[in-house]
Amino acid sequence: MNILVCVKQVPGSSNVEVDPITGVLKRDGIQSKMNPYDLYGLELALSLAERYGGKVEALTMGPPQAKGIIIEAICMGAQGGTVLSDRKFAGADVLATAYTISQGIKKAGEYDLIICGKQTTDGDTAQVGAEVAEFLGLPNAANVLSVEKIEDGKVYFTASLDEKIAKMSMKMPCLISVDGDINTPRLPSYKVKQGVTDDMVKLLSFDDFEDKNADNYGLSGSATQVERIFPPEKNSEKSTFTGTAEEQSESLFSLISARKLI
Amino acid sequence: MYNKLSFEDVKVLQDIVGKENVLCGSEINPDYAHDELGGIEKMPDALVRVHSTEEVSSVMKLAWEKTIPVTVRGSGTGLVGAAVSVEGGILLETTAMNKILELDRDNLTVTVQPGVLLMELSAFAEENDFLYPPDPGEKSATIGGNISTNAGGMRAVKYGVTRDYVRGLTVVMPNGEVMKLGGKIAKNSSGYSLKDLVVGSEGTLCVITEAILKLVPLPKISISLLVPFVDMKSAIEAVPQIIRSKVTPTAIEYMSRDTILFSENYLGKKFPDTKNDAYILLTFDGNTEAQVEEDMKKVAELCLEIGAVDAYIVDTEERKKSVWSARGAFLEAIKASTTEMDECDVVVPVNKVDEFIKFTHSLAEEMNVRIPSFGHAGDGNLHVYICRDSLSDKDWEDVLKKCFDRMYEKAKDLGGLVSGEHGIGYAKKDYLKNQLGDVQIELMQNIKRAFDEKNILNPNKICLFES
Repeated sequence: MNILVCVKQVPGSSNVEVDPITGVLKRDGIQSKMNPYDLYGLELALSLAERYGGKVEALTMGPPQAKGIIIEAICMGAQGGTVLSDRKFAGADVLATAYTISQGIKKAGEYDLIICGKQTTDGDTAQVGAEVAEFLGLPNAANVLSVEKIEDGKVYFTASLDEKIAKMSMKMPCLISVDGDINTPRLPSYKVKQGVTDDMVKLLSFDDFEDKNADNYGLSGSATQVERIFPPEKNSEKSTFTGTAEEQSESLFSLISARKLI
Repeated sequence: MYNKLSFEDVKVLQDIVGKENVLCGSEINPDYAHDELGGIEKMPDALVRVHSTEEVSSVMKLAWEKTIPVTVRGSGTGLVGAAVSVEGGILLETTAMNKILELDRDNLTVTVQPGVLLMELSAFAEENDFLYPPDPGEKSATIGGNISTNAGGMRAVKYGVTRDYVRGLTVVMPNGEVMKLGGKIAKNSSGYSLKDLVVGSEGTLCVITEAILKLVPLPKISISLLVPFVDMKSAIEAVPQIIRSKVTPTAIEYMSRDTILFSENYLGKKFPDTKNDAYILLTFDGNTEAQVEEDMKKVAELCLEIGAVDAYIVDTEERKKSVWSARGAFLEAIKASTTEMDECDVVVPVNKVDEFIKFTHSLAEEMNVRIPSFGHAGDGNLHVYICRDSLSDKDWEDVLKKCFDRMYEKAKDLGGLVSGEHGIGYAKKDYLKNQLGDVQIELMQNIKRAFDEKNILNPNKICLFES
């Protein structure tokens, strides 16, 4: 079984500032890391490969230095990976990004299962997974919490439908986007890192793709434009409960269950 | 020899701190009778919540005049009964004195009241691009308590302990007199260092009401390394070699698979790796990625050379959280794994850590009792827990005493001391006396007498025994 995990390089700190004038994320001097949501996907892929045999690869789109997260995926146990990088891809919105990735996947290899994280910590749209599946003509499922088994060419999984949990199966090849916090991702191994060689990371650019119409990529292939980016408002709202211990615990219980924290 | 708190005294206390801040008898939550570990229990006659140095001074004047015992208490997270009012009297709670008073960017100090929690102070420092290096596992402890025990924590390997970061103290003497010790000064050769005597005195000499603490610039980069070994022996034996390599990690912790599994159970959260029997967790910090990576690489390669199974890189917020939150929960997790436990926080020379750990393993086997441990392999301070599990009252008492006697004796043979960071309090007095001998204990008693002639402040602790 061949599994592909889509990953993205994002700013290393969750306290990234937004330039108030240009509305662009200030990336200078900020370290980067693999999108934390993708780590859950990678962990799921690696544990499935351990269980059923097979190969895990990672794929990313980004500047050439995004190679770093492919190496990181290899250090976690992936066999190799691909970086899609080209100036023509720059400025892509969700649509153009998903299209580029789908073109890249076609060139990178044949996969039975493609796994995406729920969303990224810098873009937060949670749409790329589903759109990639659409462009590839694959069935897909979002908010996957666990994969129970893979049998007879089908993946059996549990997904969250907000108020309900659904158990479903889907014919492979297919794509799933996994929810956050569904496992504890394994750590990258220094021992593996010592043995990483250049040929483990493939580089693909515009010229390698099937569709050579530049209008389908980057800024020109984008259907939407970002008008403004701003940090979410910080919520420091506080509630104080009074009354007897029973009343207070009752109020606390209703609040946290109303917010679906339990 | 002490007087009981009278109705009139309670009235005076109410006048000093306000009626709502004096609780008596059944108004006091039973938790105030013990600390985090329990075992030593005594309810105070009055719980008094103070808000200022002036209030503390007035309370102490009353107590001095009436010869009423006073025990100071922060969050009550201690493990040796130091904050238990073993003679009753007043329990003086400082948690409402929780203001961070000043950040001095020129002198690199922060001035705090004693009830500020360690987690609040470290978050405040980091928000301002500083680091308050002492890093004990119990983040909800107060700074007053940390100073009183000279708490150490995980970064001690590189940065030292609480005493190294206390520049000045405002204290209230047992008779109510207010004094300032030390100050915003980096050097001090002005007579005996009373400030350093107060640090680690577990509330027996005076009441700390304000502290000036040293900060360091926040290192920009920090990376941890989780190194698995096939067994504890190889893990512990690796530590002296790491230290010999002259790379200075901020922390070198050791942990066994069992302890990690307890914490998985306790937190309901999986640890990133549990395939191996023993682990060492190291952290490196610095200002450039290149320098920190160089240190990390050097140690990772050394560990692999001497037989580590692998060396896992813990480099992002999420990864650090997955590893360090488990480490932070070890004490609670072991506690939850048994019916009752007692702890031993000996400190031995760093190159004797492996010998001591091996000794606890053979002791566990010999006594047929579970003795899990974890701790600061890099500074020789170990946290060893004796678990009661299904032992009867009598067997438990017997086993506990035998184990403690043997462990403290072993620590002494290896050139170690009774406590690395938890203190002596009430629970470890006999072991301290056995180890230090009469002359040193008498010297300590004389110091206590010089500060507190009437012996009203935290009586029967550290070096004083019930008459």
